[in-house]
Amino acid sequence: MECVLGISCNDFVILASDMTNAHSILVNKQDEDKMFKLSDRLLMAVTGESGDTTQFAEYIEKNIQLYKMRNGYELSPPAAANFTRRNLADSLRSRSPYMVNFLLAGYSERTGPELYWMDYLASMIKTPFATHGYGGMFSIGIMDRYYRPDLTEEEAYDILKKCVAEIQKRLIINLPNFQVKVLDKNGIRALNVIKSQNLTA
Amino acid sequence: MEAIGHAGTCLGILASDGIVLAAERRNTNKLLDEVFFSEKIYQLNADMVCSVAGITSDANVLTNELRLISQRYLLQYGESIPCEQLVSWLCDVKQAYTQYGGKRPFGVSLLYAGWDHQYGFQLYQSDPSGNYGGWKATCIGNNSAAAVSMLKQEYKEGETKIDDALALAIRVMSKTMDATKLTPDKLELATLTRHDNKTYIKVLPVAQVKTLIADHEKKEAAEAAKSKPSTAS
Repeated sequence: MECVLGISCNDFVILASDMTNAHSILVNKQDEDKMFKLSDRLLMAVTGESGDTTQFAEYIEKNIQLYKMRNGYELSPPAAANFTRRNLADSLRSRSPYMVNFLLAGYSERTGPELYWMDYLASMIKTPFATHGYGGMFSIGIMDRYYRPDLTEEEAYDILKKCVAEIQKRLIINLPNFQVKVLDKNGIRALNVIKSQNLTA
Repeated sequence: MEAIGHAGTCLGILASDGIVLAAERRNTNKLLDEVFFSEKIYQLNADMVCSVAGITSDANVLTNELRLISQRYLLQYGESIPCEQLVSWLCDVKQAYTQYGGKRPFGVSLLYAGWDHQYGFQLYQSDPSGNYGGWKATCIGNNSAAAVSMLKQEYKEGETKIDDALALAIRVMSKTMDATKLTPDKLELATLTRHDNKTYIKVLPVAQVKTLIADHEKKEAAEAAKSKPSTAS
């Protein structure tokens, strides 16, 4: 039901996530923030079991901060991704596995912008663009068609708008709002929320 | 600390393009079987080596622990452990033995040489108390104080390349080692360098050590001749 989208280009990574919080047939709120800021240069958009998402994301976030406090420098995006995957994999065969799927976006001077796709079975890939959820299935084809590594921020945002338009047209569940954040060398910035009214206009 | 003061000398020098570790080999008895290629210098992970001075059995336990710590980090984070973190972790272990449990401390001092992407080439020294420090050049073991003072005078920061560091290491070792003459079988030399984003750790083969010692002796003879011009004529 939930959907997250991510595109990584030469200078930035852009993430979009839906803002609907629902329990079975009841919608609780339409302005939920599903993106967690792990550090100044790491952003995670999480979907999955309610409660597990926040629990896991905050656990990772605090551990990343602890590393920074202990050592005086931050974990690089690949190291943070590996650390997250390792934790997810360890919990998988424990009493209480986390049921979370997410996209991890990171930027560092050394590696540039990176996007990691991870699912609840702790499989991980680094990829130029990725999605989670039913909405993602419609979107990945659009990204295939329009993606280029040298996209500008506006062009990437447009691609996300195209994806959201398709999701809102074809997915049986109503996902009216999508939050968008971009991560580049200057840190994390929020862009305009993609709303269904704006798209029909 | 006493045992370390009597142990074979270990010396480390930081160059701008790498690190040199030199160690004095004590067990040069002809009857000893040449099983180990390197007696005092151990590789800890892809990017770090260490050399030890003190009780060998304690040293083996510590190097094993260092290797375990490195691999645990690699498993968790998918990249090599930064040098200072490894040193710091082991020193926490060493410190625990000075405070808890009624056990005795490890009678080993270690020199760590390594590279990481955060700070580049680094050289660390740790002692049984669990204190550690980062160094540009240092020495542990027999006659280490004399070696350190010699290094203080002769080490040129920012101007030292690997070859200069090797020559300096031989110069200092020849003055501080027990035997009157340096021979390749008494000296272990290792270098740590980076090429093409990969770390290369090389324990120098006997032939190369022989060449370096020969160069050093030639220079010594030349200097001796220069300072006594009257006897030459």
